[in-house]
Amino acid sequence: MPCVGDWLNSPLSIVQGIFAQNVSNSDWEKKVTEYFKEKLKENNATNWVPSLNDVPVHYLKPNSLVKFRCMVQDMFDPEFYMGVYETVDSNTNARVLHFGKYRDVAECGPQQEIDLNSSQTVTLERQTFYCVPVPGESAWFSLLSCGFLNPPSQAYISASQARVSPSTSYTPSRHKRSYEEDEDMDLHPSKQKEQHMGKSCCSGGDIHGCVEPKRLETEASAGHHVISPNCSPPLDLNFPLPGEKGPACLVKVYESWESFKVNDVLEVFGVLSVDPVLSIVNSEERDSSTLDPMECMDTAEEQRVHSPPASLVPRIHVILAQKLQHINPLLPACLNEEESKTCEFVSNFMSELSPVRAELLGFLTHALLGDSLAAEYLILHLISTVYARRDVLPLGKFTVNLSGCPRSSAFTEHLYRLIQQLVPASYHLRMSIESMNHSRFIPRKDYTANRLLSGLLQLASNTSLVIDETQLEQGQLDTAGVHNVTALGNLITWQKVEYDFNYHRMEFPCNINVLITSEGRSLLPSDCQVHLQPQIIPPNMEEYMSSLLTAVLPSVLNKFRIYLSLLRLLDYSISEEVTKAVEEDFVEMRKNNPESVTADDLHRMLLVARFLSLSAGQTTLSRERWLRAKQLEALRKARLQQQKCVNGNEL
Amino acid sequence: MSSPASTPSRRRGKRGRGSNPPTPQDARSPPSQKRRTDDSTSTGDLQPMPTSPPADAQSPGAADALFSSPPQFRHSAIPLDFDISSPLTYGTPSSRVEGTPRSGVRGTPVRQRPDLGSVRKARQVDLHSDGVAEDIVATEQSLGQKLVIWGTDVNVASCKEKFQRFLQRFIDPLDKEDEDIGLDLNEPRYMQRLQEINVVGEPFLNVNCDHLRSFDENLYRQLICYPQEVIPTFDMAANEIFFDRYPDSILEHQIQVRPYNALKTRNMRNLNPEDIDQLITISGMVIRSSQLIPEMQEAFFRCQVCAFTTRVEIDRGRIAEPSVCKNCNTTHSMALIHNRSMFSDKQMIKLQESPEDMPAGQTPHTVALFAHNDLVDKVQPGDRINVTGIYRAVPIRVNPRVSSVKSVYKTHIDVIHYRKTDSKRLHGVDEETEQKRFTEERVEMLKELSKKADIYERLALALAPSIYEHEDIKKGILLQLFGGSRKDFTHTGRGNFRAEINILLCGDPGTSKSQLLQYVYNLVPRGQYTSGKGSSAVGLTAYVMKDPETRQLVLQTGALVLSDNGICCIDEFDKMNESTRSVLHEVMEQQTLSIAKAGIICQLNARTSILAAANPIESQWNPKKTTIENIQLPHTLLSRFDLIFLMLDPRDEAYDRRLARHLVSLYYQSEEKVEEEYMDMAVLRDYIAYARSYVNPRLGEEAGQALIEAYVDMRKIGSGRGMVSAYPRQLESLIRLAEAHAKVRFSEKVETIDVEEAKRLHREALKQSATDPRTGIVDISILTTGMSATARKRKEELAQALRKLIQSKGKAPSLKYQQLLDDLRAQSDTAVTKEMFEEALRALADEDFLTVTGKTVRLL
Repeated sequence: MPCVGDWLNSPLSIVQGIFAQNVSNSDWEKKVTEYFKEKLKENNATNWVPSLNDVPVHYLKPNSLVKFRCMVQDMFDPEFYMGVYETVDSNTNARVLHFGKYRDVAECGPQQEIDLNSSQTVTLERQTFYCVPVPGESAWFSLLSCGFLNPPSQAYISASQARVSPSTSYTPSRHKRSYEEDEDMDLHPSKQKEQHMGKSCCSGGDIHGCVEPKRLETEASAGHHVISPNCSPPLDLNFPLPGEKGPACLVKVYESWESFKVNDVLEVFGVLSVDPVLSIVNSEERDSSTLDPMECMDTAEEQRVHSPPASLVPRIHVILAQKLQHINPLLPACLNEEESKTCEFVSNFMSELSPVRAELLGFLTHALLGDSLAAEYLILHLISTVYARRDVLPLGKFTVNLSGCPRSSAFTEHLYRLIQQLVPASYHLRMSIESMNHSRFIPRKDYTANRLLSGLLQLASNTSLVIDETQLEQGQLDTAGVHNVTALGNLITWQKVEYDFNYHRMEFPCNINVLITSEGRSLLPSDCQVHLQPQIIPPNMEEYMSSLLTAVLPSVLNKFRIYLSLLRLLDYSISEEVTKAVEEDFVEMRKNNPESVTADDLHRMLLVARFLSLSAGQTTLSRERWLRAKQLEALRKARLQQQKCVNGNEL
Repeated sequence: MSSPASTPSRRRGKRGRGSNPPTPQDARSPPSQKRRTDDSTSTGDLQPMPTSPPADAQSPGAADALFSSPPQFRHSAIPLDFDISSPLTYGTPSSRVEGTPRSGVRGTPVRQRPDLGSVRKARQVDLHSDGVAEDIVATEQSLGQKLVIWGTDVNVASCKEKFQRFLQRFIDPLDKEDEDIGLDLNEPRYMQRLQEINVVGEPFLNVNCDHLRSFDENLYRQLICYPQEVIPTFDMAANEIFFDRYPDSILEHQIQVRPYNALKTRNMRNLNPEDIDQLITISGMVIRSSQLIPEMQEAFFRCQVCAFTTRVEIDRGRIAEPSVCKNCNTTHSMALIHNRSMFSDKQMIKLQESPEDMPAGQTPHTVALFAHNDLVDKVQPGDRINVTGIYRAVPIRVNPRVSSVKSVYKTHIDVIHYRKTDSKRLHGVDEETEQKRFTEERVEMLKELSKKADIYERLALALAPSIYEHEDIKKGILLQLFGGSRKDFTHTGRGNFRAEINILLCGDPGTSKSQLLQYVYNLVPRGQYTSGKGSSAVGLTAYVMKDPETRQLVLQTGALVLSDNGICCIDEFDKMNESTRSVLHEVMEQQTLSIAKAGIICQLNARTSILAAANPIESQWNPKKTTIENIQLPHTLLSRFDLIFLMLDPRDEAYDRRLARHLVSLYYQSEEKVEEEYMDMAVLRDYIAYARSYVNPRLGEEAGQALIEAYVDMRKIGSGRGMVSAYPRQLESLIRLAEAHAKVRFSEKVETIDVEEAKRLHREALKQSATDPRTGIVDISILTTGMSATARKRKEELAQALRKLIQSKGKAPSLKYQQLLDDLRAQSDTAVTKEMFEEALRALADEDFLTVTGKTVRLL
């Protein structure tokens, strides 16, 4: 049997081995996946696999095993490939069988020919997904973008910096997230291999860790520049959010691809393929005007998009893939499993839940300038998630409109940065006439290139979308602007986005937490409006906010992160008894003043009660929680009323 | 990639079949195969075929030595020293062929079928190439009857015979297709088709595979599995019969058989490697079509030394350039003469899965189609089509100079037959043909369901179960979903009568109006959802767009046209601006949309029901005001709604209790548990679809009487007080509702119970929306004139009072405005607002009693 390093470095040779043993029967494929499943189950084995999220492609060895955490942005057509093919040696006429799975190019030796007409040839089908890193993935779990605004290349300069910064200080507890850390840990088998082979461009740098960051930086940025003159215009990698960096990937899925959907977040383990041959197709195409009739059925545009240079968009041939419930690296990947480890983790965390909640509440209260009610609602908002859909009605969405935000200081900006520190994925949408009119919110199908052009609203589940309305000025929205605002409204109300397929539109359900910050009531719909009542107005917002963040211990910050991700995944129920009580309560409230409590209010109160219970780690509703929820709602409403009185013509 | 002509020999070498000469089946012309069968088997019963062209004998021996199948080589008819620059020789095969009746006997030339084309050969032949280059060889016994085509189980002779029998005998009087106009269904269908070909001269015979299957299961299987071999055989058979019957007929080329409706109509998603090289039918939408591509069928080479010419057939998109001249043995002297090569038309089309076939949450798949010759430019982007063709997979070479092959195949479909599925949409043919078909069990189940006594209530309950109560509204919407019966009076010049029911929901915000709309929109197959705020008149109707590529004007249809035969849900109806709303006037009564824009003047069908929701103007419903006053919609539009419902928050304890229970359950019950309690959305959808397409109730005698009575009653109510409480529009509404209710019961006859329910519902809606808040009496004139009869009466009274007041003032020629108002107020026992006063003044001014100028009132 091959040694440990092999399955990481040359998974294909393992596959070849299994294939050779089982040529006659067809279940070699099953054996391959089983083999890798076993391997990855070994303790921490998944951490040894280099991740494409953290390591630039050009540092990874071609045909090695990699992992990639990504969102399915688009699905290409299924392709048929040679599952098994036969080569003939032109000298000896010897025939050899090969497998075509996990490969882009059917390989054969220098003297060999592929016999396209062999009766042994087996044609199989696989599906290609165009995957991008999870949009808006927070900086705190990916070293690649350590600062908020720094381009990724700079991450290498500030490698040392990054370790100090609170956002990344959790890493020691985790396994290596970055390539640089390899130098500390000699566990990494691929590193030795690379040094040994001397193939990788940075093999020298590995030994002298101190010079490494600088070298890497120049290489990384050089890499970016070198690419652009080659392909003009630069290939649009189709990230949903502007300014995103990171590898886009063509992920080839071999089994059960029907179970994956657009916008699903996956973690894939597979063989990295960056064969330069793949790119040759393109350059050839561009040179010659006379196209092969077979080739010309796709436009040049489509060619470019569907087979981009492998150096820009690597291919991953998936051996194992799983849908992720969440992307928080601090949590065990899968919580559903009845594993003792996860149970332990959950129960451990549950035991210290209330201090964490108290601390988080305190932290957010400070962040919201001393307004504890708003902080309470913010917690509820952050753990909300669409847990079911009845007919068309999404249940469990909790869009909060935080009105009364001070406009002058960059309060919303800083608030967003704090939220960004807490949630795994987020995006700050600054509403302005300009951005409404000119950005693409709704993904649109581009039929010339035959791909789905991404839009801002193509986001993974549970992404926090913070919409900043405070900067919105008066002005004229054009058609695109109206569509964008309508799309935002639909997203908030129905939790779905209608993608534009030109000839028709199609709904894609989503699950996005929307927080709207505004001065007055927002023009967008929301489930609940909380009017901010700042207790303190710090003279220097910037200083105040950053001091807030540094004041929190990194370990505590991590607890916050776990708290928010974990609670969202809990189940919840209401007992018959409490149902009765709620019923009574509702009737009672209506009796006194039918105007004040509508069905909508009851909806909202039930939601608040739900998240309030969950936020305390309780999975059933108790009478106390219900009363507390009512109390919160009453407080919130009183505030709104008060606000209305203050400036009478609002609303 | 490299130019086909430049590296031919190399390429051939790579494939390891350099020794195999291109096989004759390239062209797939029927005579070619037939001839070979004749050659090898000597079955001589194929005489009438115009095969074995005499040209054969004339072909130069040199060519024969290399290319064993000469019938396609048309060069013998062209003088060798022909002037290449002459325009006469340039063109596609069909144009060239005209002057050269190659297949001579009856003047009908053979035409190559690129749709069965040469691409296939690569896989089929090569797959089994153990040095055998022939498709057809004798296997099994040497007896002619046992011959099959190599690699298949197809026996040409028996296959042909069977197909001929099929053509001559197939009768299915029950199966009516829309193309069957003028066919006698009790005569052999396809013989009539052949007769049509003789008359019309279009040499294509479309064959429904379903017919073939019911006739001969085995033949059908062969057709599906080996279309490449079987279709040419069919061609032969069809031609034999045709020229037997119409020996003098001259067609452009020989008849080509085009099978369609193969297997079941497959979803694009189901295509898998097993389907390669099989006949398939898939449906989808055209999203892109390429320019016309002239594809070389035969290359013409001439030796530059001795002017010897030769033709080379295309092989998998490549041409094997002869490296040595056969005549003078000079190497590399052969040059390609483009003008004398033969080309066929080809077009690449991208087909995308139709939206209905797509599983939720995935993006649509696409597939490439290749259309040849006549089929080029038959479809345009946006068309929904069913395509029958042969599914192909071709390996891609990464680089011609490198031996590695990309391990992926490119797939496409060679189109044999198109069938547009939505061509009737704009033409108003009855929609039944495009309705989906139901399995027998399903129909049985639906019928069973319809017999239940409480089906109406059941269905109403199943509608949007998450929305609490509002039963009458749900019933109204249910009837809207079913719709009335369509009545066509165009023959008598009165046009169509609207069968669609329009409903307006108005009421307090937060009473789940939008949710109801969303539900309906998701339920019906052709629903559209727009919001009054976000839609413009153009977005609702249609607009003309210039295609950036072709500079062609394209009519883009908006929500109303798109929801033809469906329901258009309009939220925030009150927020819609005036001009947009005015578009609805035509749609809601005439059910058409007229467009006059950018040189396009047309009338589109928009037989859509409208379900609109409006919020009251003061955000909260004011019970003291009328509907019109509350929602500020023009009464001309309001009167076009059959039912107007108020969705108000009822204030009653029992209701609150039930509502609370219902909502709480939403917040913890698991989805499955809830589903069980109600009827499945899919069942409801099928039930409605079935009723809409198969049930068409007519008014019975009794029901007619009941309707008349109901209408007379309605009018009587008002007439007692000197006002009209019903108009013919209301009668029409009643009829539609009654018909819809009969549809719910799957009844072909409208009966009294239907009328009763229609009456009840109508009254219910009226009670809510047309009640005069001042008197509490149902008053239809609120909806038809925008003002209740009592209000009008009050206005008149006030005007009279004012006149009296002015007259009592004596001879004063002018009066102060404010003074007059104060006086009137003092005199009147009810409160007089300024508006009322002004109205009264205006009324008097209309009577030429006075004029108002600024702040003074002058008497005339």
